[in-house]
Amino acid sequence: MFSAIYRGVGGIGRRVREGVWTLGYATRFFVAILLRSGDLLRRPGLVLRELYYVGVLSVIIILVSSLFVGMVLGLQGYETLKIYGSDSALGVLVALSLTRELGPVVAGLLFASRAGTAITAEVGLMKTTEQLSAMEIMAVDPIARVVAPRFWAGVISMPLLAAMFTATGIFGGYLVGVVLIGLDDGTFWSQMQSAVEWHHDVLNGIIKSAVFGVAISVIALFEGFDAQPTAEGVALATTRTVVVSSLAILGLDFVLTAFMFKG
Amino acid sequence: MQRGILDFWVGLFVIGGIAALLFLAIKVSTINTVSASNSYAVTADFNNIGGLKVRAPVKSAGVVVGRVAKISFDNNKFEALVTLRLDNRYQFPADTSASILTSGLLGEQYVALEPGGDTKNLANGSKIQITQSAVVLENLISQFIYNKAQEKGAGHANP
Repeated sequence: MFSAIYRGVGGIGRRVREGVWTLGYATRFFVAILLRSGDLLRRPGLVLRELYYVGVLSVIIILVSSLFVGMVLGLQGYETLKIYGSDSALGVLVALSLTRELGPVVAGLLFASRAGTAITAEVGLMKTTEQLSAMEIMAVDPIARVVAPRFWAGVISMPLLAAMFTATGIFGGYLVGVVLIGLDDGTFWSQMQSAVEWHHDVLNGIIKSAVFGVAISVIALFEGFDAQPTAEGVALATTRTVVVSSLAILGLDFVLTAFMFKG
Repeated sequence: MQRGILDFWVGLFVIGGIAALLFLAIKVSTINTVSASNSYAVTADFNNIGGLKVRAPVKSAGVVVGRVAKISFDNNKFEALVTLRLDNRYQFPADTSASILTSGLLGEQYVALEPGGDTKNLANGSKIQITQSAVVLENLISQFIYNKAQEKGAGHANP
């Protein structure tokens, strides 16, 4: 009886200890990335290559899904706004919800599952096949050579992708609202313009997406770097990347929204 | 992959992102030009501000000339203290009056400035003396009912 309680409490304690250890390790990993990014200024080609794999290859999924998100927003928003006779505010609804929330968050979720998993799998496999150890033996710092370029590529790509998502989404809302339903073209844009503000809405959305970019990149790289060096370990790490970064995006989004848009 | 093709695609990606940002800046949003550096603050007391919110526009003759910067409650006079930030380009006489109006039937509320005839202008930190509160729908209805009842009463008194 007593020993069961002892072991149960001990199990909780061990999990907390391991959790804190992982958190500390991830933080040190993050700091190490920042400290060893200096070399990239001398070799920008490394970031360029990663920008292609992380950013350019994510564009298609971002554009297609944002177009549909915008069109659905347009349809649903119209149905509700019509009841109150304010269907001219459809542009405002679509633009505000995309710039403030949907743009950064959905782009972040898509980015985590499209690019984050690729990063984790790649780095995890490099670790499994002992490429990272080989680099260390050759006196090449794997964090500076492998991790840092991917980190910066993610941080640069995310705001650009979020901006593309928002812009295409608004275009999707325009397609449904003006082209399909037949709202007035002028009111759609002018109402949107008077309601959306560059600093308060657009810039805050971009800041959000940059924060998500940092979070996703660090999580994806850390999971890959920390993965068990087996096929199963890499699979588990890839799954954890999606789960953890999705939760991180949603949690961070709440915190950032509370700071940016209160009152 | 060849370096040239890589450069091309990354360049296209960055250009696309910047184009999206430009689209958001020019077509979707307005850049709020009223910042602390090129504006001055004036205050006004209102009995009732209705649904006025911070960042609501301040208009004169229908043109946006500033924004509502701060709304607070004056516990001594039991009035709402509203701080307005007006663009430096626009100067108003010191006896300008401020009223809270609604755009459209159910639209947002804004502060309307009606210029007076004073030779001196409003400066940073000065106070607008003449104000008109927001119209509260319930008060309007009760006034209407009261007037109707009074008319009826008068009609009975003099048959």
